[in-house]
Amino acid sequence: MEQTAILEIKNLKKHFVMTKGIIKKNTTKVRAVDGLNFDVYQGETLGIVGESGCGKSTTGQLILGLLDATEGNIYFQNRDLAVLSQEELRKARRDLQVIFQDPYSSLNPRMTVEELIGEPLVVHKLASGKKLREEVIELMKLVGLGEHQLKRFPHEFSGGQRQRIGIARALALKPKVIVCDEAVSALDVSIQAQILNLLKKLQRELGLTYVFIAHGLPAVRHISDRIGVMYLGRMVELSDRDEIFEKPLHPYTQALLDSVPIPDPKLRKEHQLIEGEIPNPSNPPSGCHFHPRCPYATDRCRQEDPEYREIMPKHFVACHHPLL
Amino acid sequence: MNVVIEEKVTSNPNPVTKRMKKQAFRLLKSKTGMLGIIIVFFVTLMAVFAPVLAPFDPAKTNVVSRLLPPFWMEGGTTEYLLGTDNLGRDILSRIIYGSRISLMVGIAAVIVAGAIGMILGLIAGYYGKIFDFIIMRTVDSILAIPTILFMLIVLAVLGPSIPTLILVLGGTSWVTYARMVRSETLSVKERDYVRSAKAIGAKDFRIITKYILPNVISSFIVIATLNVATIIILEASLSFLGLGIQPPDVSWGLMLSDGRQYIATSWWVATFPGLAITITVLGVIFLGDWLRDELDPKMKD
Repeated sequence: MEQTAILEIKNLKKHFVMTKGIIKKNTTKVRAVDGLNFDVYQGETLGIVGESGCGKSTTGQLILGLLDATEGNIYFQNRDLAVLSQEELRKARRDLQVIFQDPYSSLNPRMTVEELIGEPLVVHKLASGKKLREEVIELMKLVGLGEHQLKRFPHEFSGGQRQRIGIARALALKPKVIVCDEAVSALDVSIQAQILNLLKKLQRELGLTYVFIAHGLPAVRHISDRIGVMYLGRMVELSDRDEIFEKPLHPYTQALLDSVPIPDPKLRKEHQLIEGEIPNPSNPPSGCHFHPRCPYATDRCRQEDPEYREIMPKHFVACHHPLL
Repeated sequence: MNVVIEEKVTSNPNPVTKRMKKQAFRLLKSKTGMLGIIIVFFVTLMAVFAPVLAPFDPAKTNVVSRLLPPFWMEGGTTEYLLGTDNLGRDILSRIIYGSRISLMVGIAAVIVAGAIGMILGLIAGYYGKIFDFIIMRTVDSILAIPTILFMLIVLAVLGPSIPTLILVLGGTSWVTYARMVRSETLSVKERDYVRSAKAIGAKDFRIITKYILPNVISSFIVIATLNVATIIILEASLSFLGLGIQPPDVSWGLMLSDGRQYIATSWWVATFPGLAITITVLGVIFLGDWLRDELDPKMKD
């Protein structure tokens, strides 16, 4: 099946400039996202994983237009988002929505559920009065909330229910792509599964495309079709979910997989855990960014930046010595 | 555990009335809060119904009965319950009428100051950059000027009148609001729910009015009530110095200033208006304290 790309990310970069010092201004650049290239296909779920500080959340915000890219382009349905005016971008927002990590901080505490879920429709003048209320109730039913909860405030709900409100709010505009920024990491494990199932159900029913950002591979295994692994602002590996889990080609992916605890003591083996900390993104290592922590690093890795290339059909890796 | 809570909530037909009942209940429990409300309520009543309540015209002089002591002292009459001043004016009536101007100036100046401070604080905090720079440097400059001196000069140049007084008091005290609103705005605008508003495509005006304003308003209200107290005292100081309220208008501060000369011989002339200021200010402060606790989100449920 030939898939069409709904989102194309080309050479995307986001550098944050930090100024230090009182008399002598020292500016340092934090390369939060440093040259990303990937496509998101219509109707799929693309999982993006990486350690804290690897730029995955920044990527999400860049896609949503909440941050401006330093360099590079994002094409949504073949339209470059960077060239849109403020007003056009606001309209394009209807198709690109977000579900936030923390349901406790992502809902305005001063608004009722009805206002929260109805607001996107009001903002884009899509419904009002009785029709607005009907649509809100329908959205609430869609995510498993009841009509009697319309007039409640967020603090009256549990974390899982709050996340449902957040999902209903994101769905109100009938978006095509939803960026789930660690959408379940703040929830209890039992609730996580419920929310993931809800997201899957909604995807089937509404034909949604998800960009699912998480910090661990197990978190995205359940929901993703493809998985991309990020390290220090770059994509190091991207492939189908099963292939990532069965045949990881990048040493970093391998290490991430090894660090997943196995719930069976008999199967425990000597792990090759990644040592050291994630380097400072304002001063990344030369060559391959992963080389100081990589067990297979060679001189070439220390000097030359590996190219991000399609090493096997639909399997992208940025490594000089992929684990073939 | 979760289920139990949910049942409790669902069984309640109308959460809004329940919330209001809860607030009323907590007010009854807070003794100082209750006291504050009672004081403020009575002072307001006194101001509104001054013509009905006052036994005499506050400006009517009567040289025969000047400097009469309060009724319980030797020489006092029940006609003038709190005695008379140096011109034979009834002190009780003057206090009752004085509440009008003291309250009006206090509240109007707070509204002026609050409105300016709120708008500039929101702009400085939300838009940042050059707006922030200009507004905050203005705030710093105003803070660097000695307030009373500045107000005296403005009043001396423009001539003392109630509107000028309100503008001068409001025009110098907005800086507190602007600083407070700006810093709260800076913290609120980084929250996820503001980002979520941007993500659904809300315009700046909507984000400011629906997301930022409601979330900074609670500290704002608290500061405003406390500021009413400060302004009443400031008005008293200015009237005391002779550039505030001018006769035949009467305010507590003016009475205090009139009574100064007689403090050694006729203490009641200055003491009763002073007491009126203290009690009212205390009432407003108690009310503000209660509001602060009440509007704290942690207090909810």
